Amino acid sequence: MDKFISHTGTAVPLRRSNVDTDQIIPAVYLKRVTKSGFEDGLFAAWRSDPEFVLNKPAYKSATILVAGADFGTGSSREHAVWALQNYGFKAVISSRFADIFRGNSQKGGLLTVVLPEADVEKIWAAIESDPTTEVTVDLEAKNVRMGNDVFAFEIDDYTRWRLMEGLDDIGLTLKSIDDVSAFEKSRASFKPKTLPIRS
Amino acid sequence: MGKTLAEKIWADHVAHSAPGEPDLIYIDLHLLHEVTSPQAFDGLRLAGRKVRRTDLTIATEDHNTPTLNIDKPIADPVSKLQVDTLRKNAAEFGVRIHSLGDAEQGIVHVVGPQLGLSQPGMTIVCGDSHTSTHGAFGALAFGIGTSEVEHVLATQTLPLVRPKTMAINVDGTLPAGVTAKDIILAIIAQIGTGGGQGYVIEYRGSAIRALSMEGRMTICNMSIEAGARAGLIAPDETTFAYVKGKPHAPEGADWDDAIAYWKTLKSDDDAKFDKEITLKAEDLAPFVTWGTNPGQGAPLNSNVPNPADFSNPEDKGAAERALTYMGLTAGTPLKSIKVDTIFLGSCTNGRIEDLRAAAAVIKGKKINKDLRMLVVPGSARVRLQAEQEGLDKVFLDAGAEWRNAGCSMCLGMNPDQLAVGERSASTSNRNFEGRQGKGGRTHLVSPLVAAATAIRGTLSSPADL
Repeated sequence: MDKFISHTGTAVPLRRSNVDTDQIIPAVYLKRVTKSGFEDGLFAAWRSDPEFVLNKPAYKSATILVAGADFGTGSSREHAVWALQNYGFKAVISSRFADIFRGNSQKGGLLTVVLPEADVEKIWAAIESDPTTEVTVDLEAKNVRMGNDVFAFEIDDYTRWRLMEGLDDIGLTLKSIDDVSAFEKSRASFKPKTLPIRS
Repeated sequence: MGKTLAEKIWADHVAHSAPGEPDLIYIDLHLLHEVTSPQAFDGLRLAGRKVRRTDLTIATEDHNTPTLNIDKPIADPVSKLQVDTLRKNAAEFGVRIHSLGDAEQGIVHVVGPQLGLSQPGMTIVCGDSHTSTHGAFGALAFGIGTSEVEHVLATQTLPLVRPKTMAINVDGTLPAGVTAKDIILAIIAQIGTGGGQGYVIEYRGSAIRALSMEGRMTICNMSIEAGARAGLIAPDETTFAYVKGKPHAPEGADWDDAIAYWKTLKSDDDAKFDKEITLKAEDLAPFVTWGTNPGQGAPLNSNVPNPADFSNPEDKGAAERALTYMGLTAGTPLKSIKVDTIFLGSCTNGRIEDLRAAAAVIKGKKINKDLRMLVVPGSARVRLQAEQEGLDKVFLDAGAEWRNAGCSMCLGMNPDQLAVGERSASTSNRNFEGRQGKGGRTHLVSPLVAAATAIRGTLSSPADL
């Protein structure tokens, strides 16, 4: 995973709440067995509409998505994160994210930033009136900057450290694998096993 | 201070903890399917890792599988590749798999319980958000993404931050014709699709206790639709009776030890929940959705709401967009809405009890000539059981289609999809735009409402027949 420290780019306003994972990438686009190429399904239903914000030339090179509340509700498909990343997004800003989506984003290095609705509204207004407005998402400083505005955000220290170092979770867990082996020895014998197969 | 059930299960599974880090939680059962696992196995292969506990892992094929002509190769080459990839990965890594055509194949959340692999006090994960279903057994069960699937395959653990706990109490006796599906749809309408975010929900109260295991699974299944990653119900005699005798249930002395442990699995009387909500069972009625998220629901006896009546501007905007997408006008009685397709199935309502309930309504009648009805058992085992009971005949005689097991039209990854503008009454869990096919319009309903709607042609409950 790439390190995420700070990113500056232009941003696209997605003025919708409850953008679920079936909107981010419909199920029919989930059939690949790789982690790339999912940009073709990103917001597939909406992208056939020339008026959809992502289709406007002014937002073509945007790398930050600014969405309404409850972004990423629904399924656990990490393909939603991959689709956003494959398309070129580095960060998503919203006032509320669904839990699984947020977790997935933090595994893959897509930064999800929670800001109060009023701040989201302010960013929307700015990037709608001038799509070339530069927005900086700074994980090190834990803030989003736009012109003279500085919006602070919270993120737990552990996740922040992992993202800034670009560390993979499995490698970290393997450092504690002796504890896992010890725990396994203490598990009750009545716990079910899938093998051998019983019928 | 006492502990909640979720806190007890959590405490029993911490394999490693350190200040400032998430807890490392041991996973008792890992369920796999073809859509969210290929990239995880690929990751293992690249890193030269193995599956740590193949004996706590099981795979089946469900999301992509066709429900017709299952003896022939899968027609869609992309779906076929994904299913073939799972088969290859299972063989290479030594993972048990139930493939299309096997009696134990089916929706992963139907398969785990019917094999007796889902038991109280366990931690259960799967790369599928409806893993919350297994919470019905008093297990901590939740959906994970593909990176986490890889993590569990490699280490049998997950680093997790402890969730908050919420109690939802449903007390009293349900009115006739009101089912588990109506309870959960009413809960989601009340707390919203973000209401459960960050929480594990424990469903409590006499109306919950009175539910069968199938009903409890329906409720826990849709916890995710309220934003909660997991939902659970304390195990009791109903749970024990369901597990007993299943292929992987404990036997002999193990059974006694298991029961002794399982009986400790309830929230202490002095446990404190971070949030508590109470509903009266007597106030509930058959419930259907009118919009494009599961929180946009209303009693079947009411009208399509007017967006102007929503005080929150975001809810108002969402309602306006939903009515446009759904092709509905505010004030229309829900019961006058004509549907084109009935889908009876899914991990929410594709179990034997659901098929029995719908069949009892339909028996001896014909479905409305203007619609089609797909009956898709949750698993091949459920299908066999239903056929033994003659339920297939009931559906076929009424003019419905009797299909093979899988996720099917719940998410339309296989050929079972709605056409643009087509309207369904569906016993599944999500009414998102395009969920059942691009441009398709979904009303979430219980199996009873699905059956009554199939006969009348408009959204209906058995009381309307």
